[in-house]
Amino acid sequence: MNAAAQDADDACAIRARGLSKRFGQLQAVDHVDLDVPAQHVYGFLGPNGSGKSTTIRMLCGLLTPSEGEIEVLGLKIPEQADALRSKIGYMTQRFSLFEDLSVRENLEFLAAIHDFPRQRARERVDELIEEYDFADRQKQLAGTMSGGQKQRLALAGAVINKPELLFLDEPTSAVDPESRRDFWEKLFELADAGTTILVSTHLMDEAERCHRLAILDHGKLVADGTPGELEQQLEGRTLLVHARDPRRAQQRISSLEGVLSVAQVGNALRVLIGQGSDAADRIREALAGSDAQVESVDPNLEDVFVSATASGAQTRKHAA
Amino acid sequence: MKARRLGAIMLKELRQLRRDRVTLAMIVMVPVMQLILFGYAINFNLRGLDAGVADQANTSASRALVMDMLATDVVKPVLTAQTPQQLMDALRRGRINVGISIPPDFEQRRAGGRPVAQILVDGSDTSVLGAASQLAQVPVDSSAPDTRAPARSTPASGPISVVGFYNPQRRTAVNVVPGLIGIILTMTMVMFTAIAIVRERERGNMELLIATPLTSGELMIGKVLPYAGIGLIQTTLVLLLGVWLFDVPIRGSLFEVYVAAVLLIVANLALGLLISTRAQSQFQSMQLTMFIFLPSILLSGFVFPFAGMPWVAQWIAEALPLTHFLRLIRGVMLRGAGLSEMWVEVAALTAFIVVAMGVAIARFRKRLD
Repeated sequence: MNAAAQDADDACAIRARGLSKRFGQLQAVDHVDLDVPAQHVYGFLGPNGSGKSTTIRMLCGLLTPSEGEIEVLGLKIPEQADALRSKIGYMTQRFSLFEDLSVRENLEFLAAIHDFPRQRARERVDELIEEYDFADRQKQLAGTMSGGQKQRLALAGAVINKPELLFLDEPTSAVDPESRRDFWEKLFELADAGTTILVSTHLMDEAERCHRLAILDHGKLVADGTPGELEQQLEGRTLLVHARDPRRAQQRISSLEGVLSVAQVGNALRVLIGQGSDAADRIREALAGSDAQVESVDPNLEDVFVSATASGAQTRKHAA
Repeated sequence: MKARRLGAIMLKELRQLRRDRVTLAMIVMVPVMQLILFGYAINFNLRGLDAGVADQANTSASRALVMDMLATDVVKPVLTAQTPQQLMDALRRGRINVGISIPPDFEQRRAGGRPVAQILVDGSDTSVLGAASQLAQVPVDSSAPDTRAPARSTPASGPISVVGFYNPQRRTAVNVVPGLIGIILTMTMVMFTAIAIVRERERGNMELLIATPLTSGELMIGKVLPYAGIGLIQTTLVLLLGVWLFDVPIRGSLFEVYVAAVLLIVANLALGLLISTRAQSQFQSMQLTMFIFLPSILLSGFVFPFAGMPWVAQWIAEALPLTHFLRLIRGVMLRGAGLSEMWVEVAALTAFIVVAMGVAIARFRKRLD
């Protein structure tokens, strides 16, 4: 193996090819190819049931794929899953620490499970309690804490072994925006310190923060790239329609050919049109008689998401 | 298997238990309640007791007497002995429930109107003692035609004397208390472990645990050991209350009582683990626990004497750890027998443990699918 290839391998924390999982009749994950670069915050964006959790579980060896190959941190999964477990942290979607143990007891337990000698375990737990701001709540039972605090504790628990790779499954879906911001601060600190982070979410503002994104829909990978790249691909396809009666305007234009989606935002309509489509002209025509104004605007991540998932929906409709 | 991780699981389990008041109360209240409830007697008639016969006279009349006794169906012969001493040994080992001893001077005694035979009974089970007493009513003079009706009126001081060993006052509590240790351990140990693992799955803790380097063996054994300690506390509680309230004797070695208890505890914990690999919810594990518990109570010989059951029930009973434990604990506590004399039961329990634990660990996969 030459030096360049070695570098390429090192730079890739996760590599998956043709990753698939079937549960009976349901194709939960459908031939997903994935390359997650090391020391990045990599986002999995997708609606509920799009296969995000299943993919993450397969990547950390908790589920056996029906098909496909996975290599995580240079280890073959699921064959070498046992060797992987000490190198990764996994924060589950649901709070999975023990609600009837205190903050300190939970962390002590995890330190012992990761086989830390007593002295080092105590140091690491002290360190985390300090860093994650639990100094005055070490004795509080985990079950009695707020959503944001639980989530912070779960993160502290997931990084107790200083993992090279951290999996986070919808970590902030149940917390307020302020806790969410603090949480992301912590994630970037970890990424700066060299941790690769794979985070799944269905929240646009979270997806926006990731270095790179993969959009999953019905088990398929429908788009990936940096948020900027993904938005750029939609250049010229997003329009804002100002109308006195937005609901009527929406009825008129939503059935036009080439219009992928029309969403009301306040008094305006945000319209996404298909690639290479002349739908913009047809919209102007359709609204001609009224006092509506049509302007072109910069695409945002929500447009990317709608565009990526809408094309899939159309294909499925045709197939059916 | 690393001691540090095993210790962590055990410590966690004990800390959780300390905060779980309902379970804590159950650990103490179940033995106390059951002991008081079952402390009162129920007697049963039964048939098919295992009997040993030592006919030292061996005359036609003595043989006829034995045949008459066997014809009652209360006993079935499993052993022919030469001396009453051999009968006593077999009784002590639990091989037979009843011994029929006819002395060499049977004919002289018969002529002289003295007692002609002796029925040796394992009185530690009062219903056995009751049933065996019926044998004493078999008429000695077999030349008479069917004398069943007059025979029933034969006074207790008839020609055949019944001697109950190991429970001279015929108190049921003496028989019930040792068995109760088994009942309580079966109920609580199976349930606690079955629930302990399923609860973690229900609450989502399992997903966290299987993503760590923890092995299945460490997880299972770490969760089970604290409950083994609790089982020993319960055993001690029942023994103390039994001795204090009901004056139950411990004739054998106390150490061997605990050895027998440990065997049953571990067997039940293994069974609980096995259930937990199957059950999807805490409710399901309760149902499965009941599925084991009811046959245990009914078939093990705790409520109904084992000897009276049809062979199918006996086969099922042989597969239940409680059956073997009851034989052991009654032997040690009431008859003063040693475990080495009852090695078959010890072996049966050990085999059960090995199989159940092996299957449980094999079935518990460190995966979600």
